[in-house]
Formats: sequence, structure tokens, C-alpha cells
Amino acid sequence: MSHEATPHLQHHFETPEQQFDAGKLGIWLFLATEILLFGGLFCAYAIYRANHPEIFLYAHQFLDKVLGGTNTVILLCSSLTMAWAVRASQLGQRKLLITLLSLTLLGGFGFMGIKYVEYKAKWEHGLLPGTHFAPHEEAANDSPPGEGVKPPAHGKRPSNVQIFFGIYFLMTGLHGIHVLAGMGAITWILVRSARGEFGPDYFTPVDFVGLYWHLVDLIWIFLFPLLYLVS
Amino acid sequence: MLSSFIGTGPGFWLPRQGSTTAAGVDYLFNAVTAISIFFFVLITVVLLYFVWKYRARPGHEAKASAVHNQKLEITWTVIPLMIVVWIFWEGFTGFLNLQMPPENAYEVQVLGQKWKWLFTYPNGVVDDNLHVPPDEPIRLVMTSQDVIHSLYVPDFRIKRDAVPGRYEREWFQAEEPGEYQIFCAEYCGTSHSAMLSKVIVHRSRAEFEKWLADAGNFLDKLPPEKLWEGGQKLYNQRGCKQCHSVDGVAGIGPTFKGIWGHKQALKDGSQATVDENYVRESILNPQAKIVAGFEPVMPTYQGRLKDKEITAIIAYLKTLE
Amino acid sequence: MTPKDHYLNHTSGFASWAFTLDHKRIGVMYLVATLGSFLLGGLAALAVRTELISRGPTIMDADTYNKMFTLHGAVMVFLFIIPSIPAALGNFVLPLMLGAKDVAFPRLNLMSFWLWVIGALFCIGAVISGGVDTGWTFYTPYSTTTNTNVIATTLGVFILGFSSIFTGLNFIVTIHKLRPLGMTWFKMPLFLWSLYGTALIQVLATPVLGITLLLLIAERALGIGIFDPALGGDPVLFQHFFWFYSHPAVYIMILPAMGIISEVISIHSRKHIFGYRFIALSSIAIAAFGFLVWGHHMFVSGQSGMANAIFSALTFSVAIPSAIKVFNWLATLYKGNIHLTTAMIYALMFIITFGIGGLTGLHLGALAVDVHLHDTYFVVAHFHYVMFGGTVIALLAGLHHWWPKMFGVMIDERLGRIAAFFIFVGFNTTFFTQFVMGSHGMPRRYYDYLPQFTVYHRISTIGSYVMAAGFFLIAYYLLRSLFRGQAAPMNPYGGNSLEWHTASPPPFDNFTTTPKAEDPYDYDRLVPDEVNGGYRSLTYEGVGTR
Repeated sequence: MSHEATPHLQHHFETPEQQFDAGKLGIWLFLATEILLFGGLFCAYAIYRANHPEIFLYAHQFLDKVLGGTNTVILLCSSLTMAWAVRASQLGQRKLLITLLSLTLLGGFGFMGIKYVEYKAKWEHGLLPGTHFAPHEEAANDSPPGEGVKPPAHGKRPSNVQIFFGIYFLMTGLHGIHVLAGMGAITWILVRSARGEFGPDYFTPVDFVGLYWHLVDLIWIFLFPLLYLVS
Repeated sequence: MLSSFIGTGPGFWLPRQGSTTAAGVDYLFNAVTAISIFFFVLITVVLLYFVWKYRARPGHEAKASAVHNQKLEITWTVIPLMIVVWIFWEGFTGFLNLQMPPENAYEVQVLGQKWKWLFTYPNGVVDDNLHVPPDEPIRLVMTSQDVIHSLYVPDFRIKRDAVPGRYEREWFQAEEPGEYQIFCAEYCGTSHSAMLSKVIVHRSRAEFEKWLADAGNFLDKLPPEKLWEGGQKLYNQRGCKQCHSVDGVAGIGPTFKGIWGHKQALKDGSQATVDENYVRESILNPQAKIVAGFEPVMPTYQGRLKDKEITAIIAYLKTLE
Repeated sequence: MTPKDHYLNHTSGFASWAFTLDHKRIGVMYLVATLGSFLLGGLAALAVRTELISRGPTIMDADTYNKMFTLHGAVMVFLFIIPSIPAALGNFVLPLMLGAKDVAFPRLNLMSFWLWVIGALFCIGAVISGGVDTGWTFYTPYSTTTNTNVIATTLGVFILGFSSIFTGLNFIVTIHKLRPLGMTWFKMPLFLWSLYGTALIQVLATPVLGITLLLLIAERALGIGIFDPALGGDPVLFQHFFWFYSHPAVYIMILPAMGIISEVISIHSRKHIFGYRFIALSSIAIAAFGFLVWGHHMFVSGQSGMANAIFSALTFSVAIPSAIKVFNWLATLYKGNIHLTTAMIYALMFIITFGIGGLTGLHLGALAVDVHLHDTYFVVAHFHYVMFGGTVIALLAGLHHWWPKMFGVMIDERLGRIAAFFIFVGFNTTFFTQFVMGSHGMPRRYYDYLPQFTVYHRISTIGSYVMAAGFFLIAYYLLRSLFRGQAAPMNPYGGNSLEWHTASPPPFDNFTTTPKAEDPYDYDRLVPDEVNGGYRSLTYEGVGTR
């Protein structure tokens, strides 16, 4: 195999197929580690919800389902544009690839923007985890548009409500960090796409960043109902 | 009064048996030790024999032999498996004995705190040692004031973590009067190794009851001029001593020597005079005023010291010039 | 005999090492780094034992002592023992055993190393700026309330975790995708099976440590309250999360060690390993079962009787494959031609000391007995017998076995034997005494002790000095061999795995021609090499020489 024919082939691999297969296994293993990382948090969620369902029933009302649902749609659409982008890279469609990656990145910005709005509202209403939990009862009257602290529709506040917010911020916060990392990775392959580096012979980074983005989306698909749609 | 505490006890491996359940635990320990010694000797002898017999020397060569042998491999899988199943079963059933106190157990509340054990008896008496009658099951209901501690009595073969925010239980029945060592067995900071106590097994139920009654009344029985002795006893018993010295040397908390009536510089820059109100507040709400140069780590004694006990402590402080 | 151009001198300068993508150089850097950590952790141990030679304060106060045993545990576990065999010896040997030119992801490999360095710097920084006094296990609520440098230390460990994950990921992909033609799974050397099992644990368990430490940091920094009973949290939950990683972690420590023993025992007795298939599969079985037993660290923590029973039963089931490996190694010696090289002496020592460690695990797995022994010196003795008497002894065996390959020089066997004697005597004196102390009730992590335990502590401390002397001797003769060692032949001990069919030290790209794999334990393919010393292969005449 001459170096010109296969410029991306590293010296310790025999064939480009071997290199691609190795990379694929590698990225899947990495995704498995991410699942285990979040697994600990899902486990904590399960334990606390099983032991104190009343906390979750009460506190989830402070989350805005509309905003959360919008974020879910945004991420799903961005997964679509990402998957399509991988296809575009495989077919050598450079302009389409750039457009689709840009749309995916835009979706990431949209997601983080809505997250900012949600977090800001929590901060203003004192709905913070642990020792910082200090809800402002009168906040219902001056909530920003689209985000409100609803007075509880049923029952009085159970004790230790701050546990819910601890779990909420840990899970969505860690997820948010991963969205940011994904956006960074997408930016990097966007730059490389603009330089014309990808085509039918070599599209590995697009494929693998795509897989990562899908995982980030998948984790949110679980987070949304568990945190926002408790019933 | 009681026979003195005996050190490490009768066997090579294990201390004396002080409880009714210790013998069962020792039986299993010794059985597992015997099994271990048997296999260890077997492995070592085979190893040394092979190393000697097959050592490399001129003219000696390796000879081919089977690289696997189904019968042998099954045998040396099944026999250890049967042995460990037996050990598991004995361990499990023995554990259930250790867990389940008999019906009519005498209950003592246990509080672990950095770095003292405090035992509260049914009549409200609090003592820093565990006094019990002989030949009766005793149930300990334990919790912690701060971090995880663990109450361990080696001679009784019992141990259980004391976890803040919940109650754990362990039980024992002691037969032989005497004193038995209590250790804290979960690392809890600076004085973890000094968090010692004793189980004091009285000679009879009657003797125990008498101790309990006396302990409950000791403050009332003191003439007013001797109230400070009661305060001193509380100082020793209730955990004050772990952090506050009486010899002038600062510890985790300020020394008590010579502070009565004087001004203390506080962490926030202000000053406070050490009088009755200051002492009382410092005991019940220790975070209110922190002396400069010290950390806000003292636990509250709200609900744990009665008014007359605080008065006795104040009397004691007054004597520390 | 020593080739003129090899991986050590092919390029030179700091940058050629700091930015190397050569797995062999990365392995050597890890070796230096982990052995340096062993020195640091060892000095902390000597400080701890010296303090304990007498009751009351001896050379330090209680807070310093608590920081010292924490330093010893954290450095030894996270900086030394988890990375040592896989990242140092594994990195060097694995691609060579596969006839490959490198691991699957050389840049990731380099990143793993630098993550280790960064994690180590965080931990060292934490020590220098006051230390941490929680014990290496960081139990809550003590770790969330103490005012020592918990966050810096746990961040360091978090970063070290990624180093471990990426090494494991690299090894899994390499073994799956870079095996040569003809090397099916059951034709791999057993060291590779053990590294594979280890890598599975590294990849699957370490992320759970990651999230556990993040939760601890969040609790301290942000007051989240997940482990704080006053805020509705559960301190015992921390223990579940922590041990879910840390129990499988001990199999990260022992599986590669067992892999080394399989290689050394077989090669140095010129006998095909007995029970290959069992040993190979047991590496995976131990890795899998190791995930199911974490609760045996928590028998007295208040978890339910049912949980206790299940964990106890599963704990015994993991013991069986390990015991059978010992029988397989003994059967390998049968009718062999046993060369008592230093490597072999350590391999045989492993069987003895790991045997004691494993057998005392039976005491601890039995519920009723564990109640008495938990958190005593019996546990400390048990885990030192398996971690030191197991992993460290196996590391020494592997180091002596592969030293000629790695550095092209032979070791002074006479000094090797003397040091092995010191280590064996010193180690057993230090730690066997602790079994007896522990079963008599001496709790662990104790700065001070009651008078009846004095004689045990004294004996144990003296043993530690004897052990230390052995290690200083090893350091001396290993370093001396680099400058004055006799040149090593390509195959000094007559192994048939592929690393022995290239020069000592190997060329920078491992092989001049890629060898074809055959049974790694078939010593009939090797005859003594009259010309160059060691052995030569009947299959690969002239391979690897330049």
C-alpha cells in the first residue's frame, strides 16, 4: 500500500479496513464508559426515587415541560442532521456536509441556550441543591416568560426536597458538559470538512463524532422523562 | 470491685471468649484456619518437592506430560467448591445468630461521636462505659452524632457501624463478670485510636441495678460545695475532655484552665466574657460564638445535658484557675 | 550481540521521549513513573511503621499519621499498583507478543501517560499543600466534612482514572484487531488473556469511580447533600458506589500478575503450561464475577442480611478459579526442567504468598468471622498478602524476566537471589504478624494502641526495614545492570512467544519481518544457542537480528 494511495493509513495497521474497524471498536468502548459514568447517577436517581417518591412528585413541577420537551426535539433533530452529515461525508458531498454539521452545531447552541434559561430561573427562585436550597415563595409573581415557579397543586412541601434538585443539577449538568464537548468536536470536524479532508476514502472522524453525538442525545432521551415527566 | 481487664487472651489467634456467641465464631475461624493450613502445607510441600526433584542440572531434561487432565481438573474444582460452600453456610448461619437478639433483651442506646462513646440507659442515665448485668441478652441501638463510627468488642466477637441519620443494632450476652475492651473500628479522624470504652459486666443483676440507680442520682446526692466534682465527672465522661484540656494547653478546642470570668477573643473579632450564660450557650449552641484560632466543630449538647448537669459543669469550670 | 540500533537509541533528546508514539518507550516511562510512586508510597509506609514501633507519639502527631497512611494507600493504589503491570510491562510486551508494530491507538497511549502525570501532580500538590486524612477509601461523611485537601486529591484520582480507562480501551482494541494471522484467541500467550480481562475491568469499572469522585467533589464544593443525612442523603450509598469500582480494581491488580506467573513458570521450567484453556477463561470469569462482590467490604455497614448472604456466596465463587490457577501452575512444574533464575524464584514465591493471601480471604468471606475481623489488622495483612505478595512479587518476576528484552542486559543473579531472600523474610515478618494482631482485635488505622499489641507492632516494623533493604538492593543492581550488565541474547530464557523472536532490545519498529505465530508454550521449537547464548528458534532462523 503506497502512502499516496492511503495517506491516512497509520504505520502499525495493515489495511485501512483494519484501521477503521479498530477505531470503531474503540469509539464503542468509549461510549460504554460514558454509559457507566451516567449509570452511577441513574442509580442514585433510582434509589432516591424509590425511597422518597413524594420528593420527586412534588419537585418535578418546578421544571418546565415545554422547555424540556423543546430541548428533546432539538436534540432529536440534531441527531438527524448528524446522521445525514455522516452519509454526506461518505458520499463526498462537501457542501451538504458543511451545512448539516452547522445545523447540528446550531442545535447544540439551542439546547444550551434553553438550559441557560432554565438554570437561570432556578437560581433566581432559589431552587438549588443541598445546602443552597432556599425557595422564594413569592417568585411565582415575577417569573420570567416561559419559566414559572408554580405553587404546588397538591400537598405541602415534603422534607428534603433539595435532594431532587441535587440530582437534577448533577444529571443535567454532567449532560450539559458532554453536550459542550460534543459541540467542540463537531466544530473541529466542521473546520476539517471546510478544508475538504473528508470523502468516501476517509470519513472516520465524522462517523465517530456522530456516534458520540447520538449517545449524548440518547442520554437526554432518558433524562427528560425521568426528571420532567414524573407522575 | 471487678476483676481487672485481661489483655490478649488465651489462644495464639484469638482473645478470650466473653460472650455466648463467641464460641461459634471461633469454631468457624479455627475450622477455616485449619483448612487453610492444610492446603497451604499441601501446596508448599508439592512446590518444594517439584522444585527439588525437577531442578535443572546437567543431563536432566523436561519430559512431556499431559497439558490437561479432565479427571484431575474436575476433582480439584469440585472439592474446593464443596469446602467453600460449607464455609459459606456456616458463616451465614453464624451471622444470623449474631444479628438476632433474643426477645427479652435489655436495651441500651449508644451514641458515637468524635471521639467518645456514650451509653444511655433506660432510666436516662448517660455513661461513657457500657455497664451490663451478666447472663442477660443486651441489645445496643446505635447511631452517630457526626461521622460513621463502629462499635467493636473483640472479646465478644461483635462489631457494627454507627451511622449518622439511622439506627443500627447489635446484641450480646456476657457470662463472665469483668471488663472488656471497646474499640471504635471505623476511621473517624484525629483521635480515632483514642475512642476507647469498656464493657463492664457486673457480678449480678442486683449489683448492676445498684450501679444504675447511683449513676442516676449522683448529682442530686452531692452536697452543694461538691457539685464541681459532678461537673468534673461529666467533663470526663461526656466528651468534653476529648477536645478541651484543663492544663492550659489548647487542643481541638480552647483549654478550660483559667478562662472563668475572663474575656475570650472571638473569631468574628468581638469579645465575650466567660460567665454562666456564655458557658450555657456554648454547650447548647456551640456555633454561636467561636473563639479566635479554633474551628466550628463542636457538636451541640442540646437535649443531651440537663440543666443541673450544666450547672455542675459551670461549678467545675470555676475551680480551674 | 546487542544490536547497534534499537528503540532506546533510535532517536534521542527529551522531545523524542516526551512526544513518543512508541509503545516501548511509553512502557519504559510508565515503569520509571510507577516505580517512583512505589518509592514514595514505600517511604510513607516506613514512616507509618516507624511511628508504630512504640506506643504514643514516636515521630509524628495523630493528624500527620492519619495523613501518612492515607498517602501510603492512595499513592500505592492509584499511582502504583493499578497502572504498574498493565501500563509498564503490558505496554512494552503486548504489541510484541502480537507481532504488531504498536498498540491500536498510539496517540491515545501517549495521552494515557500524560494523564497519569497530570493526575500524579494533582495528588502530589494535595500532599504538599497539607495532605488529606480520610484514608484512601474517602468514606462519607468524614470525607465531606474534614478540612483537608480532599478535592485536589480526588480530582487527581479522577484524572488517573481516565489514564486507566484509555489504556484498557487501547488494549482491548489491540487484542481484537491486531492479532496476526494464525493467532486465534486460544493461541494467544496467557499474559495477553490476563491483560484482556484486566482491560475489560478498567473500561467498565473505572467510570463508576469517576462518577463517585465527582459526587464527592460536588458534595464538598456545592453542598449537594447526596451523602449527608441532615439533607436527606445516605452516607452508606457512597460505600456502595466506591466499592463497585474498587473491588473490581483489585482484579485489575491481580489478573496481570497471574498472567506473568503463567509465562514465567512455564518458560523457566521448560514445560507447556498446564490447563491453558482454563487459565485463559478464568481471567474473564474472574473479571466478570469480580463485579458482583463489592458488598463484602460492607458486611457490618448495616446492609440487609439478604445482601450480605448474596455477597458472601459470590465472594466464595470468585475464590475457586484463583485456587485452580495455583494447581495448574504446580502441575506445570511437574516433570519440568526448573531453572531457579531470580524471575522464577519470585514466581514460586508468588504461589506461597498469594496462596496465604487468598486463603485468608476465606476467613473474611465468611460472614460470622468477618464481623470480628473487619477493620482489624487481619484485613490489612490479607490485602498486603494479595497485593504485595501477589502483584508486587509478580511484577518483580516480570521485571526480571523481561529486563533483558527491554534493556539488552542481564541482571546479576546472585544479588537477585539475595534481595529475594530479604524481601521474602521481611515481607512475611511484617505482615504475618499482622494477621495475629488483627484476630486479637487490633483495629486498623490506629495511631496509638494498647500495651498488649506492642510486641506485634515492633516485630512488624522491623520486618518492614528488612523488606526495604531488599528493595534498595534491587534498585541498586537493576540500575547497575544498565551500565555494566552483560549483554543479553535475543532469547535468554527460551520463551516461544513472539517478543523473544526479535532483538534484545527490539528495534524501534519491533520486527524486521513479522513472525508467524505458533504455540507460545512449545519449547521443542527452541534449542540452546551455542553462538549467542540463550536459545534460538528452529522456526525463525535469523529473525530480528540486524
